[in-house]
Amino acid sequence: MYTAADLRKGLKVQIDGVPYIVTDFDFSKPGKGQALYRCKMRSMITGNQLVQTYRSNDKFDKPDLEERKMQYLYCQGEEYHFMDTGNYEQLVIDKEHLGDNVNYMIDNMDMEVLFFQDKPIDVSMPMFVNLMVTKADPWAKGDTSGSDSKPVTVETGYVLQVPPFVEEGDKIQIDTRTGAYVTRVKE
Amino acid sequence: MLDLQGLRFRAAFFHSLRSFFVRQQFLEVDTPIRQPLLLPELNIEPLASEGWFLQASPELCMKRMLAAGCSRIFQLCNCFRKGERGRLHLEEFTMMEWYRTNAGYEDLMTDCEALLGALLVDLEVMTPCAVFNESLRVSGNSGSGRVISLHPPWDRLSVHEAFARYSPVSIEQAMAVDTFDAILVEYVEPCLGMERPLFLYDYPVELGSLARSKAGNPQLAERFELYINGIELANGFSELTDSQEQRQRFEQELSLMDEERRQRSRMPERFLDDLAHLDRAAGIALGVDRLLMLLMGKESVGEVVSFAPVDF
Repeated sequence: MYTAADLRKGLKVQIDGVPYIVTDFDFSKPGKGQALYRCKMRSMITGNQLVQTYRSNDKFDKPDLEERKMQYLYCQGEEYHFMDTGNYEQLVIDKEHLGDNVNYMIDNMDMEVLFFQDKPIDVSMPMFVNLMVTKADPWAKGDTSGSDSKPVTVETGYVLQVPPFVEEGDKIQIDTRTGAYVTRVKE
Repeated sequence: MLDLQGLRFRAAFFHSLRSFFVRQQFLEVDTPIRQPLLLPELNIEPLASEGWFLQASPELCMKRMLAAGCSRIFQLCNCFRKGERGRLHLEEFTMMEWYRTNAGYEDLMTDCEALLGALLVDLEVMTPCAVFNESLRVSGNSGSGRVISLHPPWDRLSVHEAFARYSPVSIEQAMAVDTFDAILVEYVEPCLGMERPLFLYDYPVELGSLARSKAGNPQLAERFELYINGIELANGFSELTDSQEQRQRFEQELSLMDEERRQRSRMPERFLDDLAHLDRAAGIALGVDRLLMLLMGKESVGEVVSFAPVDF
């Protein structure tokens, strides 16, 4: 159990059976009044926001969360297959639970999968991934008239804007938090 | 840790506070930080120290000094309140309290206006002062700057009027369902002291355990809070000097505390004895770190104390 005094940014609590993460926290206590713990929280399942004010006596359950190291094996349609690298158990996660992460997932990639009550609810990626460019318009050298970026497609099918010098077959680094190009990688 | 420029500003600020009160013939006093018992206050949890407590406020000792014959006293000291942490709270913080005999809460409001005026004279020339020409620069939500005029006289607004203006429910409804504080924080405080400082005054008597009830209206306590930019800076009141009534209020507070914390607290008997010797008086506690935060243009009290918890 957590009490209101434990509340802080980043804390995970369970409310009405749903795990929430505290995204914003403010302690206030009007002159000689009650301590108020004002929280903004995000559901770790639906992403919905919850704004709530708690008092000192409020208590919270700890959500049953577990993070497991898993390897992404392959995908079949909307189904993404993973293997627990500890016990070699395999499981399938639906595309909708993976969100934008599918843009950066390549076969045999190591990832952390977050389980709530034994159901996978989220995956965390490395902050940067290196992906191969599979489709790019050629860059006309010396072309100064064009814009300073162009769209390319990487091996996962994800399309992003990169500088004009990036070519098909290059490996580029992508920031998985923003989905943006970082740099070209020499191998 | 506060940088050298900040340390200098903080020192000048303290010096200026003291000079103001010394000039007005106030006596600077100091009272023990660690005491065997504190005034009963339901919503303040003290930090224990070997069976005694670190003071949550120097109020108890300073009022006994008034009763012993002092007429104008002030103290700048550190106070402690367990579990208070946030942008505007530190468990250990700096408080300025001053007390006057033969005075009521409206005299303290005038003190506040005069005190800030004196501080500005001393500090406006220093860096990093967020005040220029009696105008305090504050940053708005969107990063845009706003200006608050500190020129007296400041605004005065009763708690009833403030609820009528800003709250979705009446003050009576809020008190009935115990949401006064929540509504105050959510709807009222963000509107207070945005153009010039504001005194929010005349609280329901239940919310002023040590304050005198208003002449002609015993449902209200002669208590006020000073707000600048939605931030509560000082709590002052006409002192309740009727020791019988004070005993009854403490009894109520103590029984609530027993329910909440399941621990017995003691009645401050010697304080009540001394109170019987006290005539008309008024006293106020100013959150010095918060005022310094505004003057230095900072966003949190942790940025203006010499060492914050994160500095260790």
